[in-house]
Amino acid sequence: MRLPSIVRLRLRSLFSRPVVDQELDEELQYHLDRQIEEHVAAGMSRNQARSAALREIAGLTQRKEECRDMRGFNFIDSLQRDFRYSLRQLRKNVGFTFTAIFVLALGMCASVSIFAFVDAALIKPLPYRDPARLLGVFEKLPFCTYCNLSYPDYVDWEKRNVVFTSFAAYQGNGRALSTPTGPQPVHIARVTDKFLPTLGVSPAIGRDFAPGDNLPSAPHTAMLSYAAWQHRYGGKRDIVGQAVTLDGDPFTIIGVLPREFHFAPVGQPEFWMAFQPSNECDNRRSCHGMYGVGRLKDGISLQTALANVTAVAAQLEKEYPGSNTGQGANVAPLAEGIVGNIRPILLVLLSGAALLLLIASVNVAGLQLVRSESRGREIAVRTALGASSGRLMGQFLTEAFVLAAAGAVLGLASAHWAIVLLKNMISENMMDGLPFLSDMRLNGHVLALASVIALASAALLSIPPSGRIWSSQVRAGLAEASRGSAGTTWRRLGSKMVVLELATAVVLLAGAGLLGKSLYRLLNVSLGVIPDHLLTLNVAMPPATYKTDAQTIAAVRQIASRIETLPGVQSVGFVGDGLPLDGNGNTTWFRVMGRPWHGEHEESPQRDVSTTYFQTLGAKLIAGRYFNDTEDRSKPRVAVVNQSFVRHFFPNENPLGPRLGDLQPKPNPIEIVGAVEDIREGPLDAPIPPVLYIPYTQSPDSYFALVVRTSRDEHSLLPALRTAIRQIDPNIVPVGGATMIDRINDSPSAYTHRSLAWLVGGFAALALLLGVVGLYGVIAYSVSQRSREIGIRMALGAQTGSVYRLILKEAGWLIVLGIAIGLAASLAAATLMRDLLFGVRSWDVATLASVATILGVAALLASFIPARRAASVNPVEALRAE
Amino acid sequence: MLVLKVIALEPMHGWAIAQRIRQMSGDVLQVGQGALYPCLHKLEQNGWVGAEWAVSENNRRAKYYSLTRDGRKVLEQESAQWERLSVAISTIVRAV
Repeated sequence: MRLPSIVRLRLRSLFSRPVVDQELDEELQYHLDRQIEEHVAAGMSRNQARSAALREIAGLTQRKEECRDMRGFNFIDSLQRDFRYSLRQLRKNVGFTFTAIFVLALGMCASVSIFAFVDAALIKPLPYRDPARLLGVFEKLPFCTYCNLSYPDYVDWEKRNVVFTSFAAYQGNGRALSTPTGPQPVHIARVTDKFLPTLGVSPAIGRDFAPGDNLPSAPHTAMLSYAAWQHRYGGKRDIVGQAVTLDGDPFTIIGVLPREFHFAPVGQPEFWMAFQPSNECDNRRSCHGMYGVGRLKDGISLQTALANVTAVAAQLEKEYPGSNTGQGANVAPLAEGIVGNIRPILLVLLSGAALLLLIASVNVAGLQLVRSESRGREIAVRTALGASSGRLMGQFLTEAFVLAAAGAVLGLASAHWAIVLLKNMISENMMDGLPFLSDMRLNGHVLALASVIALASAALLSIPPSGRIWSSQVRAGLAEASRGSAGTTWRRLGSKMVVLELATAVVLLAGAGLLGKSLYRLLNVSLGVIPDHLLTLNVAMPPATYKTDAQTIAAVRQIASRIETLPGVQSVGFVGDGLPLDGNGNTTWFRVMGRPWHGEHEESPQRDVSTTYFQTLGAKLIAGRYFNDTEDRSKPRVAVVNQSFVRHFFPNENPLGPRLGDLQPKPNPIEIVGAVEDIREGPLDAPIPPVLYIPYTQSPDSYFALVVRTSRDEHSLLPALRTAIRQIDPNIVPVGGATMIDRINDSPSAYTHRSLAWLVGGFAALALLLGVVGLYGVIAYSVSQRSREIGIRMALGAQTGSVYRLILKEAGWLIVLGIAIGLAASLAAATLMRDLLFGVRSWDVATLASVATILGVAALLASFIPARRAASVNPVEALRAE
Repeated sequence: MLVLKVIALEPMHGWAIAQRIRQMSGDVLQVGQGALYPCLHKLEQNGWVGAEWAVSENNRRAKYYSLTRDGRKVLEQESAQWERLSVAISTIVRAV
């Protein structure tokens, strides 16, 4: 017989139960009748013959059961019965059922939604071909491990390396897109022609850049991101071949990138254009503005690649000592560059969620424990009626499974919403840097994790009652005295669980406390400026119109003086190369005069500032003076430096004077005219590097930022600012615009700390609640078990106070133990997340002490309620009730 | 194996199988009638015997079991196995 017919037989056994059963009856009846006939023929009476036949077959019903077993449908049958029975049991105990399902769902929801993050960021492969073979390629400097390359360096590296099958370079940038309603700022990326082939990506429609598109003489070509194609051009296929105008230059659209394509290092640019070395910087070997990406040849390791590019960089150092001295090379897996800095954050969140899940499961297991205690009698009765322990086990498993499944379904549903919520919590700016998160949802990985969690919690939930089966003695269970040693054992186990819960809650609370404190420290870190009533706005002037320095400076001055006339404006300053918090923009190369020099250069970030810039920011001058309006290119170079610069280059010396020089053989001096207190030019949590401030008039830039100090509400001034700029020239594009306070609050480091603190804080609050409820459960249970004992004590003259002491002492031990273990664990945990803390040590005593206090008080309160119940036990009633 | 062997000759119902085993073994083997039916059902589920309802020699409906092709194969294997085993055992028994 072949498989199909076997399957048919099995199915028949399963679904045509009445027929099969009836056939079985008939078959056995036939046998019985024949046997009886035979006995009658042998001379027995009818009745005798019947009993003899039944005896021979040894129990008609048992045989039928055996036959059913052989057909294999008893299992399914009892499963159905168990299922129905479980539902009945759970319905009978609504409070328990809902609490258990809710708590499980909570744990599930937290862990699954955080895992969805982790999956999107760390597990899912990047949307490139064989992403593990892709490396980010960088230059390496003493103060900068992963630094940009210059285009001429890229060209040489591309030619000389022997480790990459393909090596490309890219650069994120901004342009003004001409639209019918005026120019709009857009993100763009400039990439070399091998960029997409290196990643292994081909356009969704149209063509990729061809070799030669990179030549300065080639027509301008660009590709659209899928998103830009959809929302700017309505997803029309005839966009390919059309022209768009960026910064006044016409570009032909040659293709559209695939929907799932993203490349986080440049954010989410709308236009990808072929890199045509056109401006001065592109062709200067010492102007570093690009990053490299290479695809490793087969069999080449990261180390080999690093050695090769380092060797190439060393050759270039020799060939171009003026520009390349000290420029090493570095490589790193591309994935690290894309998701690198989010990894520790996600791991902290994931551990938080896992701890919450742990508490939730332990809590429900504790509830189940208490419940199974009171079910001892039920188990005993059923065992006495002949249920095998396997059958009982099966039933408890079914029950646990029903609970876990209900929790999982509820948890997954809420996780779906939680993910949407989390996604919305991420600001648009942040999302640009984390494009891989946009595709975060309940996918296969997440569902697989959810089912593993559900199965694990089902297993955990079935442990307490099953343990009860093995430990319980039928007779003891049937007898009223179910308070035997088993009760104590289970109470002990319950207390251990509570200690675990409390300890976990301490860890989460301590984590949240430390993160909260670092957020506070971060937001209150000294900026070196007065942040309130300060407005900032970036401005992009079309380089085609403002070609010369004189034109640029005149326009910028015109804008500034126009804005000064706006009502409420107190002072206006402007800066090229980035506002405070923007991070390092351009750098300046220089040498310190009067020190031994062998051709090497010093380098520090540079800011090109107006004469009024420092006053407008509210920075503090610590020596010398600010710039004046006459200091332009025709005058000797001057600079203002920050405190960090003084500390680094002139410790215990007067920094003022012609102390710096450029790198010419006969150096032109740069005179330091003043020093200011450190201004936080980079991220809030990064140390402040030495910074060199240069007069804007000596280094003008058509892309600059305005800072405006106002006496009025700074938010309301922003539209007036934009209007004023457009009135001067409608082709000047105001970009962004934010108050300094908003910039601080929305800066990536503050944002990261805030979201972390909130999420971990939320987990901690839930953990505290669950832990305290768990403690309450165990103490209340213990009181109910000991009410007889308490009754006797009181009958023998124990005072109310001593009963309180008795119960609170029991709780107190658990609390102290839980907190002690928790504190030790949180020290370890805080050490692991040291990198995420700012201005707080991992063993911050204040935080740990307040966590211990909060938890201790909450836990004592929770155990006070059952203690009061114990103290109000009426001895007479307690003794009689037994 | 015994059951398979018995019904290898012709389709038979349960009672007849029990009788036949007893007869064939000269009353030495009395298959527990209780054990016979679970065994038959198991064989049926395994697909080694087929079953159909037919009218028996005393004019009543009875379930007749017959050997399937799979069952015959199993029987051959089992018989061979048994031959080897019994020969081995008798050799040892005689040798002692």
